[in-house]
Amino acid sequence: MSPSEAGAKEAPRYTKKDFESDQDVRWCPGCGDYAILSAVQKTMPDLGIPKEDIVFISGIGCSSRFPYYMNTYGFHTIHGRAPAIATGLRVARPDLKIFVVTGDGDGLSIGGNHMLHVLRRNVNLVILLFNNRIYGLTKGQYSPTSELGKVTKSTPVGSADRPVNPLAFALGCGATFVARTVDRNIPHMDEMLKRAVAHKGTAFLEILQNCNVYNDLAWNVIYDRESKVQHELRLEHAKPLVFGPPDDRRAVIMQGVTPKVVRAKDVPESSLWVHDEKNVNAAKLIADLFAPDFPIPVGVLTAVDAPVYEDLMLEQEQKAISERGPGDIRKLLTSGDTWKIS
Amino acid sequence: MGQIATPATGVEKSRKALDRAVIRFAGDSGDGMQLTGEQFTTESAWAGNDLATLPNFPAEIRAPAGTLFGVSSFQLQFGSQRVYTPGDRLDCLVAMNPAALKVHLRDLKTGGLLIVNTQAFDKRNLDKAGYAANPLDEPALAERYRLHKVDMTGLTHEAIKDLPLNTKEKDRTKNFFALGLVSWIYTRPLEPTLTWIEKRFAKNMGIAEANTRVLKAGHAFGETAEIFAEHYAVEPAEMAPGLYRAMTGNRALAWGILAAAQRSKLPVVYGAYPITPASDILHELAMHKRFRVRTIQAEDEIAAVTAAIGASFGGAIGVTASSGPGVALKGEGIGLAVTAELPLVVLNIQRAGPSTGMPTKTEQADLMQALYGRNSEAPVVVLAPATPGDCFYIAYEAVRLAARYMLPVIVLSDGFLANGSEPWLIPNPDTLPPIEIAFRTEREGFFPYLRDPATLARPWVRPGTPGLEHRIGGIEKQDVTGNISYDPENHDHMVRTRAEKVRRVAQEISPTSINGPATGDLLVVGWGGTYGAITAAVERAQADGKSVASIHLRYLNPLPPDLGHILREYRKVLVPEINSGQLVRVLRAEYLVDAVGFNRVRGLPLASEEIFAAIIQLLGGQG
Repeated sequence: MSPSEAGAKEAPRYTKKDFESDQDVRWCPGCGDYAILSAVQKTMPDLGIPKEDIVFISGIGCSSRFPYYMNTYGFHTIHGRAPAIATGLRVARPDLKIFVVTGDGDGLSIGGNHMLHVLRRNVNLVILLFNNRIYGLTKGQYSPTSELGKVTKSTPVGSADRPVNPLAFALGCGATFVARTVDRNIPHMDEMLKRAVAHKGTAFLEILQNCNVYNDLAWNVIYDRESKVQHELRLEHAKPLVFGPPDDRRAVIMQGVTPKVVRAKDVPESSLWVHDEKNVNAAKLIADLFAPDFPIPVGVLTAVDAPVYEDLMLEQEQKAISERGPGDIRKLLTSGDTWKIS
Repeated sequence: MGQIATPATGVEKSRKALDRAVIRFAGDSGDGMQLTGEQFTTESAWAGNDLATLPNFPAEIRAPAGTLFGVSSFQLQFGSQRVYTPGDRLDCLVAMNPAALKVHLRDLKTGGLLIVNTQAFDKRNLDKAGYAANPLDEPALAERYRLHKVDMTGLTHEAIKDLPLNTKEKDRTKNFFALGLVSWIYTRPLEPTLTWIEKRFAKNMGIAEANTRVLKAGHAFGETAEIFAEHYAVEPAEMAPGLYRAMTGNRALAWGILAAAQRSKLPVVYGAYPITPASDILHELAMHKRFRVRTIQAEDEIAAVTAAIGASFGGAIGVTASSGPGVALKGEGIGLAVTAELPLVVLNIQRAGPSTGMPTKTEQADLMQALYGRNSEAPVVVLAPATPGDCFYIAYEAVRLAARYMLPVIVLSDGFLANGSEPWLIPNPDTLPPIEIAFRTEREGFFPYLRDPATLARPWVRPGTPGLEHRIGGIEKQDVTGNISYDPENHDHMVRTRAEKVRRVAQEISPTSINGPATGDLLVVGWGGTYGAITAAVERAQADGKSVASIHLRYLNPLPPDLGHILREYRKVLVPEINSGQLVRVLRAEYLVDAVGFNRVRGLPLASEEIFAAIIQLLGGQG
């Protein structure tokens, strides 16, 4: 089936309910995953994609239970391997819309290698990485995104590993779409999901998510009403990097090659840093911004066009078939050096 | 240095008929021995002989020249009768340098033909090979073997002295001198090699001309030099009529997959991470995009197998391949395919281990890994080809069974089968069994773990099918509904069901073919690449009047349904394997028979001679 055939079907009319499966949701009460599930189910009807053409693939971890709760096709696989499974599926079935649901442990620790390669290949799929900075399903060990010195069951006097920044990692891998949203901001999550789905290539969406049992309020800096006003930087294409309360707007500007926070009114408009989603290098600098010294960027850091893995692969296949016809095993078997014995 | 032969003219040579001959070309990695051997193989196939080959080369890409570990060799046996193995002891050894002589001389029969390239026996090369003095000067060498000292390098240069090539380029053609000479000795036609040179070097006429001239010079040298008093003819073998081609095991596996793709009308997604000796399958499949084979060179072995599983979930044929170390990494993924009940084909081209082991050397020590090498109860179907050409049928069968029973199938090939070749009767693809794929589309009564009553297979549903949206995964599920279930009785039921599904594959297995009497003193049971060596040994014992038969298992899980009965028809059972005794344990455990093993784990194929000796010993020692 060619990629275009998927679009040939008539866009059906769905409601959120059509995407709710009959399975009991088994996350802890109060988990941020509920909000994400609800947002995804709510966004789905707006995508105009037939339900049967949607596949959710996950690895292992709390987030990876996600496919069971979506009334689409789903595959809950093994720890860290969802990007590889999804790559194989996409190569076999470029007509499907594939979502990978993963977490900071699944996607950046045990599955870090696959994450690297799916991003550099630019396979056409959406990756939702729920980042709660902790291992939940195994009951509370630190994760690769936990802050240095994190005290957990496995690190009673503090962790010794420095954390990885998912956005910087994705950009370093050559990701063509990198964005961040927050589980407590449903409208923004909805907007980011739609942007990610519309992207051609691998769309990497980090969702800051709360684990209220093992790492409650890890993202409080952006949950707390007052702190959020102070720190949230909404990225919008062609808009300057300006944030903070209305009476105290601040801006991120470039001083040499280093970002710096200044009072917005202190700098001329011409020296503001205007966000450009097509500028991957700028996105790499934005990815590293974080509280308390900098704002916390949310939104699309970058969205650029690049060749898509399975498109190139299928073009090679189509070219071979159109030039020399489909494969014929009988001809192949008798090709080259043969001899007859009578 | 001793006397060097010079060409003479007008000498009539006598021609002796042989039933079979075993030849080995040995030289430095850079001497082109693999190519020489392959061309000699093609010439022998043209001559109508049956044959078997054994390439043997170092793992290093460019091993230091002249060293013992840098020696590369190619052995073949060809004959006018059925040839089962590349041969144990050599009738003829061609040694291109001292290191090759040192490594391989021990395999040459007393009185065998020994041809050496004298110019390579200089101080430097002798030192590297650890010879204190030139062994060619030892009178014992010429007494023990029919030694022919030929200045191949010098004669090569002489033949092309007027060509505008540099010394290095001229040096590199000397393997064609050796090929020409040995082709004359064994009366092989030069045409296939001449044609090959023409095609291969079409863009470099200078090299083509040089190789052609050197090949002919080698041939003429044999004809005219006084040292070769006689040469040999090996008449065409009696082989089933039809069209033949040379086939290696790895190519046959790849083509079997292609045949299955065409027959099933499904695309293949082949996930692989390069590893010796499996990489050639990836290279081969990558050339055949027209069959809708999509090859993914994955980031690691785990991605290779899981990409294949993802493809199977999507309704394509998911295939992955590796060697033992890589299959170890794929274990968890294979377990997922077991419980998700998805088709998956895993090709394991076994090599000597453990760990990295000896990557280019053969072994069949991954049987237990295939049967049991996963966490928990994760049974899979295990098949093993017997010969290079059989790899085609086994690969096809693996796809057929995986799709029909919705389960993983592991194919155990090995380095010997992978690189070895045999004349292969080209099959008519229409005679292959059908691969019927029936994706479920009916909504009424659908559940993801409904079961086909005959095979216990669950329905295969392509995502994109309206109304059949469902979720599967690695968590235990309730039978029929596929819902997550931690119910103890259900888990026990599912463990048994997955095992029963594998057992039911036994209904696909034809009655076991017995080579020899249906009852008797001894049954030799083999599997995999030892087929030739076992068959040759058993036929020799039969010719000596022994009551011996052999069977060769291509299905290792499930085992053939008639196996238990057959085993009981013989007083003794011998199981030769290139491992410490794996199949023998399975047979003892499954059938309570007092089977004994014959085990050698040297990274080499078993020799039929040693299997023959083991047969005689087990029968009471009187040869």
